[in-house]
Amino acid sequence: MKYMMFVVADPEAEGQAPDPEVDEIDAWCDRYVANGKHVIGERLRPTEDATTVRRRDGKLLVTDGPFAETREWIAGFDVLECADLDEAIEIASKHPMSAEGRIELRPFWPFEG
Amino acid sequence: MPGGERVTTDDVRRALADAIAEQRLRIVATLIRTTGDWDLAEDAVSDAAERALVRWPQDGIPDNPAAWLTTTARRRAIDVLRRADVERAKVADLAAEEALAPHPEGLPDMSPMTDDRLRLIFTCCHPALPLEARVALTLKIVAGLPTDAIGRAFLTSEATMGQRLLRAKGKIANAGIPYRVPSDDLLPARLDGVLAVVYLVFTEGYATGAHHLADEAIRLGRLLANLMPDADEPRALLALMLLQHARRDAREVDGERVTLEHQDRSLWDRAAIDEGLRLRPPRRPSRGVYAVQADIAAVHSLAAHAHDTDWATIVDLYDELLALTGSPVVALNRSIAVGMSEGPLAGLAHLESVSDDPRLVDHHLVAAARGDLLARAGLHEEAVIAIERAAELAPTDQERRQLTRRADELRRG
Repeated sequence: MKYMMFVVADPEAEGQAPDPEVDEIDAWCDRYVANGKHVIGERLRPTEDATTVRRRDGKLLVTDGPFAETREWIAGFDVLECADLDEAIEIASKHPMSAEGRIELRPFWPFEG
Repeated sequence: MPGGERVTTDDVRRALADAIAEQRLRIVATLIRTTGDWDLAEDAVSDAAERALVRWPQDGIPDNPAAWLTTTARRRAIDVLRRADVERAKVADLAAEEALAPHPEGLPDMSPMTDDRLRLIFTCCHPALPLEARVALTLKIVAGLPTDAIGRAFLTSEATMGQRLLRAKGKIANAGIPYRVPSDDLLPARLDGVLAVVYLVFTEGYATGAHHLADEAIRLGRLLANLMPDADEPRALLALMLLQHARRDAREVDGERVTLEHQDRSLWDRAAIDEGLRLRPPRRPSRGVYAVQADIAAVHSLAAHAHDTDWATIVDLYDELLALTGSPVVALNRSIAVGMSEGPLAGLAHLESVSDDPRLVDHHLVAAARGDLLARAGLHEEAVIAIERAAELAPTDQERRQLTRRADELRRG
């Protein structure tokens, strides 16, 4: 199964004591790219550099920043190819941002038929 | 009873009920593993039961009703899949299993950890499901309760409960929640989650007055203890529930809760107490919360009268439990035990240090404990004020009535 792993920056988790269970980001990438579980992943620029695009009442609206004002923001993403959710949880739990932020796992919506 | 003899409807119903009690969970659990289809698994068992009600009065009750039920349910599942004609691999799988496993016990070398029933329980209690869905799934699929009965027990409609079950089964399929017992490194945490669901079923039964839920929880506890004979905590949880449930006939008089201190101990279920005491795991340096709680319940069970209670041991056990949980409610109970062991003033001093915890601010149990300790110290006026405060804060009518009655008693002296 394919899972999208959203890496979420969470101000409430910043400044936590380092957790020995998580990997350094480079080691994490190397490990799961090597065993084929990591398909693709990127770090994203912060919300100051974001642009929101909407169509409303036939008009195009382009605005600065993310649509909603939240303190949490998506700092990156990774696509995982796993046997099941437990394997995805295991991989996510080793990502450094599971300790310094949060990880959200979302299964891909499969093509119908 | 061999075929040909006359069987009464009662005979059939009794034999079927026994066979379902013995075999339903195994059949459902194995069909879920082989087909991946939760609804098909449940339907196949219901269908087999309906067939039994038609066949058995004509053909006689089979020699092994449970095996009959298993075979019939498997064949029904194969039929449904064949008709759907999309799952050839699964049909082949099931047919192979049919040939391999004529015995309802499954393959003889099956280790407990590969038991389908254990896979099913861990999947129903997966932490990626919301807690209320874990409870509902466990009661529906593992315990086999009907949806409307689960709805009633949790004070919600059958439709709402049905939706909750549907969403949970949907998430298991869509999110890829695996059907297996977790790996060794995950097992302790996941087992805690399973035991928490079982204990929640037990305590919820008492909270809502649905006492049959407590019986279901004990049945689930027994199953887990049998399936995981090398683990202490399932056995400890079963012991804890048995020791608490043994007091069921004494804990309520005319619809009002009777505290442990005032219960008629001759009404306690001795057989359940003996079993609970026997089941407690041996004392180890590092042990889990249920082992400690079972020991606390055991100290109460061993006291012939309330005033015989070994409170000093209970204080020590609460120390152990507090170190494991850090729970403010445990700290609160510890101060009550200190009051009983070292005198009410010592208890009050301890309670003051506990009640600063922000999680206990305006908690009715703190005010009630303070009132009780003040009354024991002979300070009745102060006790009445504290208990009336507790009544104001109490979350349920029953607790409010009980506290108001206690305040009235104290006012009369």
